Amino acid sequence: MLSPVTKIQAENVNVFYGTNQALYDVSVDIPQNQVTAFIGPSGCGKSTFLRCFNRMNDAIEGCHMNGRIAIDSEDIYSSAIDVVELRARIGMVFQKPNPFPKSIYDNVAYGPRIHGLTQNKSDLDALVETSLRRAGLWNEVKDRLLAIGSGLSGGQQQRLCIARAIAVNPDILLMDEPCSALDPIATAIIEELIDELRQRYTIIMVTHSMQQAARISQKTAYFHMGKLIEFGETGDVFTNPKNEQTEAYISGKIG
Amino acid sequence: MTELSTSQYQRERRRHLAGRHRSEKRFKAYCIAAVTTAIAVLMLLLSSIIYTALPALTETTLRMELQLDEPAQGMFYTVEELENVNWRRVVSNALYETFPEVTARREKRELVAILSLGATDAALAKFKANAVRPGDVVSVDMPVSDDIDLVVKGVINRNLPESERIVSDRTISWLSVLEAENRIERRLALTLFTNGDSREPEMAGIKGALVGTLWTMLVTLAASLPIGIMAAIYLQELAPKNRFTDMIEVNISNLAAVPSIVFGLLGLAVFINFFHVPRSSPLVGGLVLALMTLPTIIIATRAALASVPPSIREAALGVGASPLQVITHHVLPLAAPGILTGTIIGLAQAAGETAPLLMVGMMAFIVDTPTDITSKATVLPAQIFMWANNPERAFLARTSAAILILLSFLLFMNGIAIYLRKKFERRW
Repeated sequence: MLSPVTKIQAENVNVFYGTNQALYDVSVDIPQNQVTAFIGPSGCGKSTFLRCFNRMNDAIEGCHMNGRIAIDSEDIYSSAIDVVELRARIGMVFQKPNPFPKSIYDNVAYGPRIHGLTQNKSDLDALVETSLRRAGLWNEVKDRLLAIGSGLSGGQQQRLCIARAIAVNPDILLMDEPCSALDPIATAIIEELIDELRQRYTIIMVTHSMQQAARISQKTAYFHMGKLIEFGETGDVFTNPKNEQTEAYISGKIG
Repeated sequence: MTELSTSQYQRERRRHLAGRHRSEKRFKAYCIAAVTTAIAVLMLLLSSIIYTALPALTETTLRMELQLDEPAQGMFYTVEELENVNWRRVVSNALYETFPEVTARREKRELVAILSLGATDAALAKFKANAVRPGDVVSVDMPVSDDIDLVVKGVINRNLPESERIVSDRTISWLSVLEAENRIERRLALTLFTNGDSREPEMAGIKGALVGTLWTMLVTLAASLPIGIMAAIYLQELAPKNRFTDMIEVNISNLAAVPSIVFGLLGLAVFINFFHVPRSSPLVGGLVLALMTLPTIIIATRAALASVPPSIREAALGVGASPLQVITHHVLPLAAPGILTGTIIGLAQAAGETAPLLMVGMMAFIVDTPTDITSKATVLPAQIFMWANNPERAFLARTSAAILILLSFLLFMNGIAIYLRKKFERRW
């Protein structure tokens, strides 16, 4: 088996909230077109780490980091990087579905509009349709594209957020516990969707559900107290963990 | 301690529960009583104002047949010729002819005083509106003086002994004659809305003050809205958190509690004495009120911005919106209803303000209606204050009428605020 191309490379990442250190010397290589799951107990720093990849932590008062994160071998914290452009390359889906209080169409069209991705209305219409199709939502909403996005059900809203994220044609999708606010049926739909999406995107997902990580990810990283304890093939991490802390967490003894 | 049985527990609980229900009912009754008292006091106040204002809504007129004997250049009098006529004499003569028995100088003066000083204007206007030849008889409805007006309306009781009212028996007897001849009529007092201020209550109107208020509010809005919103956006969204911005925040909150007359003093010192903005103008008044409204707008805007959920900001940042786009595309539209409400309430507060305007000369007797923001003007609350200080009894009704107009103005503004909030309210 060919070893996959590394998409994101993180080296010795330390993150601080004021004087509080949230992450200690984390280094991982995230492979392209695979789903990488971050697992670990609450407060272990996995969401913080995820938000380092599109520099969402920049917006948080008093948060700073050191170390190096490179996407396609390019340091994203170098001064040559434009954060706005970076975030256009990296889509993000949040824990709670957060559609804009606008129509379904405008939710998806917002990103392409601000980045000027389409030249005319029909291109934009096509892009909205493709994005909604890829998010598996098209058939459910095609007749009410002008209805307000927050009128959808929770699972539909989350797929709308995924459509919104992929409408700007990112390479990477960051998902911060995308199913934690959803019921099992909606969760199953999203999981299936994530599996399809990895053909096109590199996906990093934070999850609380170990079953979910086991089901859909190829790589798994286990975090504890701000440290990366174990990182490897999902199958290995779950069936044959090298670290006893990982084993304890996975087998339900802690966490 | 003895152990209670289950049924005893139940009995205890029920006994206790009854007490709880009773106190709940009592509390509710207190609340209803408080609301009822408030409404009753408000109704009492309002109805007393309306009752006092009623006489100001109608005016009494006296119909006289007037005749000009001056020669005219053409067949009809020209406007210029009419304006050169001594109308005072024409009107007085008409009265003297009606009461030929009045000959003494003092009595004649008393007779003429039945009519308002504005009677000559009414006569001139009527003559101008019609083509009149020398010798033509024109019947004109002319306003009577304020005291006669009050006698006709019954505010001054004509059955009282002479020593207890300001209108003499003689005047009352003339009035009775005129009434018997059906010359006295009451009509809707449009002058209240069409005239500027006057020393004569029957001629005093609020048009000048109303237009002055509108100009002043316009200046206040134009000055305070952009500055207020920009300041609030900076403080809420962009400013770094440090001691300096903390200090600004505290000071803005304190500014909202500064007595309004202090803003007037500031306006006098800065706008008039330093920048030489014209005194008594809506410009200087509006600027002073803008200072006063700024903290209200800033606080309301900041609250509205803060109430926009962070998830919306994150979502917008996540698809690559720049910080400015996050604000203009998402945060501001969602905060707009709150900002609008705060602004309108701030403006309504400013519209009812008198004290700061005292210091910049807007508490002034101004007859002309202001035509722009630099002409001399006064505002509604100042007008009310000045009328209330006038000794003529007829100003009492005018004052109450002006209060009603100010109240409806404020009610209208608050109505707009509620309407806009309902219209633009969005859920997320």
